[in-house]
Order: sequence, then structure tokens, then C-alpha cells
Amino acid sequence: MKLAGAGVAATSMGALGFSEAEAAEIAHVRPFKLATTTETRQTCPYCSVACGIIIYSKGDVRKGGNAEVVHIEGDVDHPTNRGTLCPKGAALKDFVKSPTRLLYPMHRKPGSDKFERMSWDEALDRIARLMKDDRDANFLAKNEKGLDVNRWTTTGMLAASATSNETAWATFKFAKSIGIVGFDNQARV
Amino acid sequence: MTNAWTDIKNTDLVVVMGGNAAEAHPCGFKWVTEAKAHRGAKLIVVDPRYTRTASVSDYYAPIRQGTDIAFLNGVMKYCIDNGKVQWEYMKAFTNASFIVKDGFGYKDGLFTGYDEEKRDYDKSTWDYVLGDDGFAVTDPTLEHPRCVWNLLKEHLAPYTPELVEQVCGTPKEKFLKVAEMISECSTPTKTMTSMYALGWTQHSKGSQNIRAMAMLQLILGNIGVRGGGMNALRGHSNIQGLTDLGLMSHLLTGYLTMPTEKDTDFDTYMSTRQFKPLRPGQTSYWQNYKKFMVSFQKAMWGDAATAENGWAFNYIPKLDVPAYDVLRMFELMNSGKVNGYICQGFNPILAFPNRAKITSSLSKLKFMVTMDPLETETSRFWENHGDFNDVDTASINTEVFQLPTTCFAEEDGSLTNSGRWLQWHWQASSPPGEAKHDSWIIAQLFLRMRELYRKEGGAFPDPILNLSWNYEDENEPTAEELAKEINGRALSDLMDPTDPSKVLVAAGKQVVNFSQLRDDGSTMAGCWVYSGCWNEQGNNMGRRDNHDPDDTGAYLGWTFAWPLNRRTLYNRASADINGKPWDPTRKLLEWDGSKWTGYDVPDIAPTAKPQDVGPFIMNQEGVSRLFARGMMRDGPFPAHMEPFESPVENVFNRKMRGNPVARVFASDAAQLGTSAEFPYAATSYRLTEHFHYWTKHNRVNSALQPEFFVEISEELAAEKKIEHGGWVRVWSKRGSVKAKAVVTKRIRPLICDGKPVHIVGIPLHWGFTGSAKKGFGPNSLAAFVGDANIETPESKAFLVNIEPSTAPKDKEASV
Repeated sequence: MKLAGAGVAATSMGALGFSEAEAAEIAHVRPFKLATTTETRQTCPYCSVACGIIIYSKGDVRKGGNAEVVHIEGDVDHPTNRGTLCPKGAALKDFVKSPTRLLYPMHRKPGSDKFERMSWDEALDRIARLMKDDRDANFLAKNEKGLDVNRWTTTGMLAASATSNETAWATFKFAKSIGIVGFDNQARV
Repeated sequence: MTNAWTDIKNTDLVVVMGGNAAEAHPCGFKWVTEAKAHRGAKLIVVDPRYTRTASVSDYYAPIRQGTDIAFLNGVMKYCIDNGKVQWEYMKAFTNASFIVKDGFGYKDGLFTGYDEEKRDYDKSTWDYVLGDDGFAVTDPTLEHPRCVWNLLKEHLAPYTPELVEQVCGTPKEKFLKVAEMISECSTPTKTMTSMYALGWTQHSKGSQNIRAMAMLQLILGNIGVRGGGMNALRGHSNIQGLTDLGLMSHLLTGYLTMPTEKDTDFDTYMSTRQFKPLRPGQTSYWQNYKKFMVSFQKAMWGDAATAENGWAFNYIPKLDVPAYDVLRMFELMNSGKVNGYICQGFNPILAFPNRAKITSSLSKLKFMVTMDPLETETSRFWENHGDFNDVDTASINTEVFQLPTTCFAEEDGSLTNSGRWLQWHWQASSPPGEAKHDSWIIAQLFLRMRELYRKEGGAFPDPILNLSWNYEDENEPTAEELAKEINGRALSDLMDPTDPSKVLVAAGKQVVNFSQLRDDGSTMAGCWVYSGCWNEQGNNMGRRDNHDPDDTGAYLGWTFAWPLNRRTLYNRASADINGKPWDPTRKLLEWDGSKWTGYDVPDIAPTAKPQDVGPFIMNQEGVSRLFARGMMRDGPFPAHMEPFESPVENVFNRKMRGNPVARVFASDAAQLGTSAEFPYAATSYRLTEHFHYWTKHNRVNSALQPEFFVEISEELAAEKKIEHGGWVRVWSKRGSVKAKAVVTKRIRPLICDGKPVHIVGIPLHWGFTGSAKKGFGPNSLAAFVGDANIETPESKAFLVNIEPSTAPKDKEASV
């Protein structure tokens, strides 16, 4: 198992294993593939060590265009990981480009055995309607003593501990202001 | 973590117990090998399995899962009995000298005040004796029989090496070797660090596991110092951030707490939260609670939050139970009391215990929304996959929306790591297909609901209509806008309290940090502990100065750490009562006669005199607590409790099952197994090649670890006629899985309470979506019961049976 883990690191190291002459020869026939890419400072999204990574993309989202990831490696300037990555981080590009990445909103009707495509507008309108109807029907404004309690217990939400702090703050504002109390993230488990 | 990953290099002894850092946090674990190689540090691993961390340890001791408190109490007793205590630190910086009320005691495994019917304690005796001046009475000589130190010694008395061996299955000589190595760190110049993870939290007494080690660290003088601390290795990249930001049922942001039905108005809410100091001259920083709370309410509801309406206090929901935690929510769902559920980046059918109950619960929903970059088992819980997801699709009437989100590479924002560093990252890639940012999706749901409430009215629309949502494009708040809101700003000119003619912060400007927040409505801040992350200097989370003067490992110029860019919590405790560093070679702070100076941001007022003000400024006492008063539901001292499903009885009280105050729903109590029926002690864990249920979608990681397996000892394999590589069925009272058997020397039977205990290890990375082979996980089997204080499920210790079997069948294969 250890050998297999080391193998991931070896794929990026292997490119450095050529002698100078061989490297020159290869450079002659094939330009360095990262030379025309955009470098972006990033953080590995897996565990809480938060290793620094550099993502190399074709294109640049900051210049308004599309960008596609071509390579990800450890950030040698980062104080914690100093360029190293584990077998998960070393294969991060596979996550970004996974064949099971979700591309479109999908909808499963009650009792159905399949997902069907749905437009964003249709999905969001329908969810908002379902939520509002449930909230209006089951929101507990006051308890038996007449005190404002403003609880909505019949719809709950789990937030994602891999989202950014900024997304989390937007999510917090949404969930707590509509009165959801069944609200947790992975810290609970 | 009290300390940072990069600080681990400063340690002399690493204790990995309740975790497996080499496997689950490999690049952080490098700082352990750094300490070993360059400082001569030693590594101890205490674990039921000989883990990858154990394979590079200096000493390994086995332990039965769920018995860590007995082990740690045993170590504390060993240290105290042998005089291996950092006496000066312990006397000055803990509540050892505080006198406890008469009546408090411990007998037959229970503390004073137990009510069996309520499964709760009357905690009125679990407190200090208060003097006429309102302050806690202390005896600095530690001679008073009712002082915390003497009560602690009494509490620890039964935890002899023999008892540790009987309960934990750790051979006496191995326990003594570990205790002896740890006790050496009681000198002011030797430091130990504790690195733990879900191996300690996922128990019905998880909070007490951690508390036991924290107490040991305090006795040894290892909190607040370089190379020391209590270091929780958190599971996800931003699990720390989401907790800091209060995305939990019982929390608001920055560890402000959700109001309960007892908090009838704002003043009543505040009356139980502005903790008065319990000793003269102490900081008790929560006295500033109101500033943070009012600023939070202003961040939420802007002008609608006024002094007159109690800062819109009635907008916040009031809890009638301690929390609507996930176990409670799924219990309600399974009882038909929940209609809608949103799972944002969360996979409950694999992540929560008793999968059959989770599937049954989701099947009773009217609608479910999932938001993920990848397929999840939860979004397809209704889909039949033969043995791997044996559901009757047609009978499941839940309407499901599967919404595609961006992943990390496609967004800007910050993540908070275990060491509390908020690190900014930048978008590198375009989202695939129609995938959208989570913040866009949330904004859309909010705007659509707000519009419906504007048009139609409905149940109490005020908190929705008045929610502050002032972004340049309200359809998609940017990460920068949200981060600035979290930091906070002045809503009107803030005048300098020392010179009222001077404007400290002009209206509309970012506050420098939370020290500028006010309780009069003139400031707003989303999360006070994060304040300072994006002030008028700019985005401090994006800083990249990796200089480290004198190689302390602090890296103050790298990103931003909360609070106030402080890298080591309680760092004032790195110096003695006069402000001199305990270890001059590992100085963090020093009192120069008028102020604190050093390598870190002081965790105390910069001019607080060392003899007067204690280092634990968040505590009313100014010192740390060896005795937790009534703040823990299951006792002021950690006491041995067995898991709810245990192969042996509790030696302190043979009738007691699990944690006597943990909440157990009736339907779950009926689903607890006994050792007669389920003789083997199971535990769950990760593998280094996988991250939860994500990396099975990656071809590389799926190739590295393609298939679900369970690990058992050679002895158990022989007893059950199980072959290495053969199929086995593992089942509990709640479910059954099939797996390949890995028969290994890394797991050995233990002798506990006079009988052999076999351990079954179950990794957690498989499901029925992705590139890896279809498989199962430990939560198909684990019990639906949580920690008494925080309701984290007991997924690390449950009972199973095992037998040779045949391969599981997929749907296609069975047709």
C-alpha cells in the first residue's frame, strides 16, 4: 500500500529524472507544457492541514476567458507542506475532472427510478415554493406561553465543511433567518 | 488546534491517541518526523490497531476502543503519584486550589445528583465555594481536603496500572512505559503535544476523552507553550471554519450561542452570558459578549436591528431542546415530522450511523435538495443497487433535486485549517457544464423566497424581508463582499474613547479587529473571532510572507489566524508567574517590565501584569479548569464509561451501560446489541489513499485502494475459518455488510476484564457511486447514539459478528 502511495508522487518526480542532455532533447521536440499556463495559488480541499497548491490552467478566468486545469502541484513556498502532497493531494486534478462531476440540475419525481434534467430556474422556483409552503404550514411563531420562538423544524439543512468561509456566512444568513433550527455541518459527526 | 501544524517541530514528545495522523493528515504529520529527526523527539501511539502512525513510532501500546479515559486517568495518577507535575504551572494556571462545595462526590461510576429517570445529573454541588465577596474561595497551599487538587487525586485513585490493563487491555508494562515517557514532560523544558481526531470524538463520552488529555497537559504544563497543546486534527478542509461561523444548531457565529426559550428577551439572553470574573482582577473576556452580539445582529439585519427592538432579538429562532443535531433531526424525520431537507456537500447515508434508519428517514421526506460537485449516495438513495443499496425505488415518494456546484478550483474564498489559519484561494478554472457556486445557489433560494414573501406574505416574514443582503449583484455575493462583512465595519463614526474629539474609525470603514466593536449599534461584524481578516489593510488572509524569525514556526506574516492573528492559544502560559519563559530556548512571550513581547500576538492584554492576570482569559477564573464545574453534562472530572455496545461490563458499575446521561431514543435503544449476540468490538477509520467518499470518484485513488475490506487478527480468522482475501459478512443489530477480509498482525486480540476481545477494523470510503468498486461502510453497522455533550455519534466503538461469506450482488448481476 505504501508503494502504491509513493507511486503517485513519482509521476510528477519522474519528469525531473532525465539527464541534462535528454532534457534538452525533450525540450527541443516538445515545449514545456506549463510554460503557457496561468498559475493560481490554491489550497487543497481535503483534510485540515490545508496544504498550499499551485493550479496550472490553460486560459485565465481573471481575463474574462475560460480556463481549464492542466496540472496541480504542491506550493513550495507554503510553510506547512513546502511543496509536498499526499496520495490524495497529488491526484487532485482527478477530482476536478472526475467523470462523475455533476453538470446539470437533475430532478427525481416521487416514485421514479431516474433523474431527469431540469433548468436552474425551474429547479430553484420549485424548491423555493416547496420551502415556503412548508414554512408557512409548520412555522412555530410562538410557544404555548406566547413567547416568540420562530422555529421551523420541519425543514432542515446540512452545510458543507468543505465550502469557503464566505459561502458559509451566506449559508448561515439564509438558514438562520428563515428559522431553520435543524442546521449542522460535518463538525457534528 | 491550540497550536499550528508548523509548531509541532518544537515538541519533545508526540502522543497520537484517538487519531492516525500519518494516514489521515500526512503532510501535517511531516512536522512530527521533523521533530523526531532534528530535535530527537519521540512518538508514542496508543491505538487498537498498529497503524501507519504506529509504524514510525518509538513506542506503541494497544488499547481497546472506547477506554481512553481509563488510560489517561491512569497516566494522570502515575504522574501525580510520582511527583511528575509541573508544580509552578499547575498551581498558578489551573483551578487546583479552588474549594469545591460539600456534597459533591463520585460513587459506583456516578457523580452526585444522578437521576436515572431523566438520565441527567442535578449539578448543583458541582461548583466552587463562593466567598462573601462573590469570588471563589481558594487554598493556594493545596492542603484543604475539598480543593480541586485533592478531589482530583481521590477521583484518580482507582486508576492503577492493573485497572488500566483490566479495562483497556493494555499490558501493564506497556502502559507503564507510556506513562513514564509522558511523565518526563513535566519539567519546564520538556514538552509534549497531543494529536487527536475522530478516534476521540466519536464516542458517547468523546468530550470527556479530550478533557482527560487536556487535564494531563495542564498538569504537565504543556498548554500555551511551543511544541505543546491540544491539537484536534480536523477532518475537512473547513470544518474549523464552519464551526467558527456557527453553522450548527446550537451556535451563532464566533461561539455566541443560540438563544433558548428561557431567553425571553435580549436582556435576559445577555444576563447569562456576560460572565463576571470569579477571581479578583481577571479578564473574563466574555464580558464583551454584548459588543459581539449586537454587531452580529447588525450584520444580519442592519437598520432593522435597533436598541428599541432589542437588536431584532426576536428574529432569531429560540431552541426548546439543547440542539436539533443531526441525530435528533433524523429521529424526527424517521417519525414523519420532517418534510424537507437540504444536503449541501454532505452525504448522510454514508456519514451518519445506522444507514437503514437514514435511508428510511430520507424516504419519508417530501423533498430533498442536494448540492455537490460530485455524485453522492445520498442524492441517489432511492436508486436500487442490489446488495449495495437494497431499496424499493417505486415506494419512495421523496422528490429529489440534485444541484451541481463548483469545486474548490472554481471559486475564490478562504478555508480555516486545523491551526486556525484562514487561507485565501483564488479561482483557477471555469465550472463544468451548468455547475454554480454555492453562494449563487443560496442567493437564488433566498431571493426567490423573499420575493414570494413580499408578494404573498406568510409566516413571520420579517427576518427574511429584513435580512441584510446589500451586494453589488444580489444574485451572487462575491467572496470579497462576504469576507468584509464577516470582518465588520463602522456604521457611524467611532470616536476614540480616550479622546472624544478624534474619529477612530470613520463610518463605512472596516474595523481593524474586534477590539473596535461596540454594543450600541454603531458597528457590525458577521463573526467577531474572524474580525481582522479583511480590514483597511486589505485581505490579510491572502498574505504570503513566509519568513519565520528565529525559526519558531509561527509565520505571523502568512495568512491570518484567528483570533487577532494569534498562532498559539493561551500563549501567556509559556512564561512563569513573573513573565519569564519556562524554557528560554522556546520563548514565545516575555514580560519586559511594562508589556508582553515575543514571537506571537499575546493572548492577554499587552500590558496585563503577569502576577495579576491569569492566562486563560476566556474563563471567569482566569485559570484553566481541572474541575469543570457544571459545564459538562457527564461530570466535572472524566470518569471511565463503556461504549453503549461493549464486549465487557463497566468495572465501576456493572449495571451501567454506556454514558449514563447520553440521550438514547427509544427506537435506537431497542437496536443496541449485546456481546452475547455480537461478540466483536468494531471500529471505523480512514485510509491515506482516500478522502471520505470523494476520492472514490478519482481514478488514481480508486486504483490505489479499489475495494472495501475489513481487518481482523490472525487469531480471529483462525477461530472463524476466515481466509485472507476471502469474503466475509459483518453484521450488527442494525445492518449487514460484505467485505474482503484482510487478515493482519496489525490487529491483535486484547484481554479485557479477564476475557479475550477481538477487534474488527472497518474503513469508511466505499459506496455505490464513483470509479471504485461498489462497497459498504461502517455506518451501515454503527449505533445511533451520540456524545452526551455534543451528540457526535459513537461510530468508533460498536459490536458486530463476522462469518465467512460470498460476494455481494449488484442489481445488474442479480437480474
